Amino acid sequence: MAGFLSRRLITLLLTLLVASLVVFWVLELLPGDVAQLLLGTEVQPDTLAAIRAQLGLDRPAMLRYADWIGGLMIGDLGDSLVYGIPIWQMVRDRLAVSLPLAIMAFTFATAIALPFGMAAAVRRGRLLDVILMGLAQIGLAIPNFWFGLMLILAFAVLNNWFDAGGFPGWQEDPVGSLKALFLPALALGLSEAAILSRMVRAAMLETLGEDYVRTARAKGLSVSRVLFGHTLGNAMIPIATLMGLQFAFLVAGSVIVENVFYLPGIGQLLLKAIFERDLILVRDLVLMLSGFVIVLSFCVDIAYGFIDPRLRGNA
Amino acid sequence: MVTMGQNRATKSDFGRVLRRAAGLIFASGLVAFAVTVPVTSPALAKTGIVLAITLEPPHLDPTAGAPAAIDEVVYANLFEGLTRIDAQGQVKPGLAERWVIEDDGLTYRFILRPDVTFHDGATFDSSDVKFSFERAVAEGSENAQKGLFSAIETIETPDPQTVVIKLKRKEGLFLWNLGWGDAVIVDPASADTNKTNPIGTGPFKLDSWARGDQIRLVRTSKYWGQKPAIDSVTFKIIADPSAQVTALLAGDVDAIPNIGAPESVAQFQADPRFVVTPGTTEGETILAMNERRAPLNDVRVRKAIQHAIDRQAIVDGAMFGFGTPIGSHFAPHNPAYTDLTSVTPYDPEKAKALLAEAGVAPGTKLVLKLPPPTYARRGGEIVAAQLKAVGFEIEQIPVDWGQWVSEVFKGDHDFDLTIVSHTEPLDIGIYARDDYYFGYDNPAFKALMTKIDGVADPAGRNTLFKEAQRMLADDAANGFLFQLAKVTVQRKGLKGLWQNAPIQANDVTGVRWE
Repeated sequence: MAGFLSRRLITLLLTLLVASLVVFWVLELLPGDVAQLLLGTEVQPDTLAAIRAQLGLDRPAMLRYADWIGGLMIGDLGDSLVYGIPIWQMVRDRLAVSLPLAIMAFTFATAIALPFGMAAAVRRGRLLDVILMGLAQIGLAIPNFWFGLMLILAFAVLNNWFDAGGFPGWQEDPVGSLKALFLPALALGLSEAAILSRMVRAAMLETLGEDYVRTARAKGLSVSRVLFGHTLGNAMIPIATLMGLQFAFLVAGSVIVENVFYLPGIGQLLLKAIFERDLILVRDLVLMLSGFVIVLSFCVDIAYGFIDPRLRGNA
Repeated sequence: MVTMGQNRATKSDFGRVLRRAAGLIFASGLVAFAVTVPVTSPALAKTGIVLAITLEPPHLDPTAGAPAAIDEVVYANLFEGLTRIDAQGQVKPGLAERWVIEDDGLTYRFILRPDVTFHDGATFDSSDVKFSFERAVAEGSENAQKGLFSAIETIETPDPQTVVIKLKRKEGLFLWNLGWGDAVIVDPASADTNKTNPIGTGPFKLDSWARGDQIRLVRTSKYWGQKPAIDSVTFKIIADPSAQVTALLAGDVDAIPNIGAPESVAQFQADPRFVVTPGTTEGETILAMNERRAPLNDVRVRKAIQHAIDRQAIVDGAMFGFGTPIGSHFAPHNPAYTDLTSVTPYDPEKAKALLAEAGVAPGTKLVLKLPPPTYARRGGEIVAAQLKAVGFEIEQIPVDWGQWVSEVFKGDHDFDLTIVSHTEPLDIGIYARDDYYFGYDNPAFKALMTKIDGVADPAGRNTLFKEAQRMLADDAANGFLFQLAKVTVQRKGLKGLWQNAPIQANDVTGVRWE
């Protein structure tokens, strides 16, 4: 296990290093200058030069890369070029929205997809299967932002049960914050549930066809023990893989739903940072998100070991 | 070997488990829903307002940086200047109670208001004025509009209530310039921290800023002037135009001062709960042409392009009818405006004839770079179609503002055509600049602009401005499309928001509920 972990850790660091190089140099090629965007088209050249110097933009790229990596090594993400405040503060505030949103959406997706997918597998070819998979097909076809708009229309515009968007903040209004995440989490969760339930169904069908399932039934085990004790566990490997990917997507990729519900999340911050050429912020965020995906897939690998003892030795 | 009978039994067993599981999930869903259903609070009389804004300001110091989003929050609400620009675009006294212009227009003597304090309790006096203006033009200052102060020779403060400013040259717009957000008065003690903790003299002060979500200002207890009727204003940051629409429909915001989704306006017009107010802006929306390049350096080609364009079709198609066609670079609501749309009316046949005369072969390719706003992206589609109709081949390239500034505005000016709205007030002077991005170069026009600066009498200035407009129209200096509109949508009963945008601001000092 120690060898496995250290191998994984080295891979993680190498991947992050490569990612940092790519994200730094690709962004160097991006036309546009944060100082110019901040100061507008009427600015006088001496002002522009002064601000560029103040932001450290006049330094050679190699030095700026070294500064950035050096800062990261000691846990300093730097200051945003546009907002002038420490990036860790911004990231912390945005994660306080994006992470609970992702967890909530993920919970919805799992709570829907597992029973639906299992039911469809067990009832393969029957009416229930057709209905559930039909729903999944619709869920796949409907973009989550459109579903979000429909939820706003139903629960915020026609009925005033929810706000159309925004986020009051955990400290100021914890219940309101939870409520603010409910509709966007539902919009995100349903799309993910559609994908996941199809995967659950397929994995369950494959496992249900195995000899040991028939044997288990033949030796007189109850249906629920067969289903939850023998079948689900074995079907979990592909399901867990997909769930890991989905969670990463929910944290990093919910920018469109964040826009519809105007939630101050990570996705929106990244988008804004790109448009404003707040390159330090873009770099930190991209690196952080890639690191997150790598760590998450690492966690999924570990989870395999728990799901399937055979994978512990040779993973 | 499993028999059919056993198999069926198995499936119905599975069914029981499923039904039980489904029941559980349904029940827990209901509970979750019940928990989240809010208790509706009784409707209270509104004492504050919530406005939707599209862009979040990077910080709140209007004397640093150019983003209009800063002024849209703080102008007149939080910070004030010696003069202020009102809803009609007129220069009004601000922190200067009155002024006397002496010495043939070169000396301005400002008498300041007494009993003005900053939000932190510091007293406002003439030394703050001197400090603010000297800070703005100092080396390394972040002021994006140093040009506003370029005429200033000296600033003297004979006593705490008097400021005497001597100019190097006459400047007809000097009082107007001092009304800009970039020229507000700050206190030396708080100037360096205004970005995050703005301290001004206005009737509102910063209460909270939840970055990415909202900025809230509250009324101060001590203000020198008329106390605002509302006790707070919240600027809700909603980047997506359709999310702004749903937020207004759901009652989360009270007004959208400048709606980004013109297609939704009809819906609000039909709804008795809302009031739609179309207004004007200082944004001349132009099809800028790169006059450094052939064939656009030929006035016949530029005229052909202007003749090929149906301005009203662009206003109708891209802006849902909001906007006024223009024939030169001047705002129709300005007293010095003259309508020159008839100089180059929509006439595709004439356009083709001019192109043939200039030797431009059909199929000549032009690159049209389009920045993000609706007017450019949607307008670009229509412009491209209209130019294709007279024989051009148009390559549309969408760019973001970062690219636009570095590729079109600066650098190699790598473009043939671009659509952009020039939102600065009274900015016809850009055509007199050397090496400006569209490359218009006419010594006669430059001479005319210098002449205007020396004329103080408004009637005389207006005559010269009309002459300047005509010169640009005759030269087809650019393709002049339309004056950008500002459409405000607000809840019924909300009064006092600016209908027009003489400057980019949301002055809420006169807003009230009825």
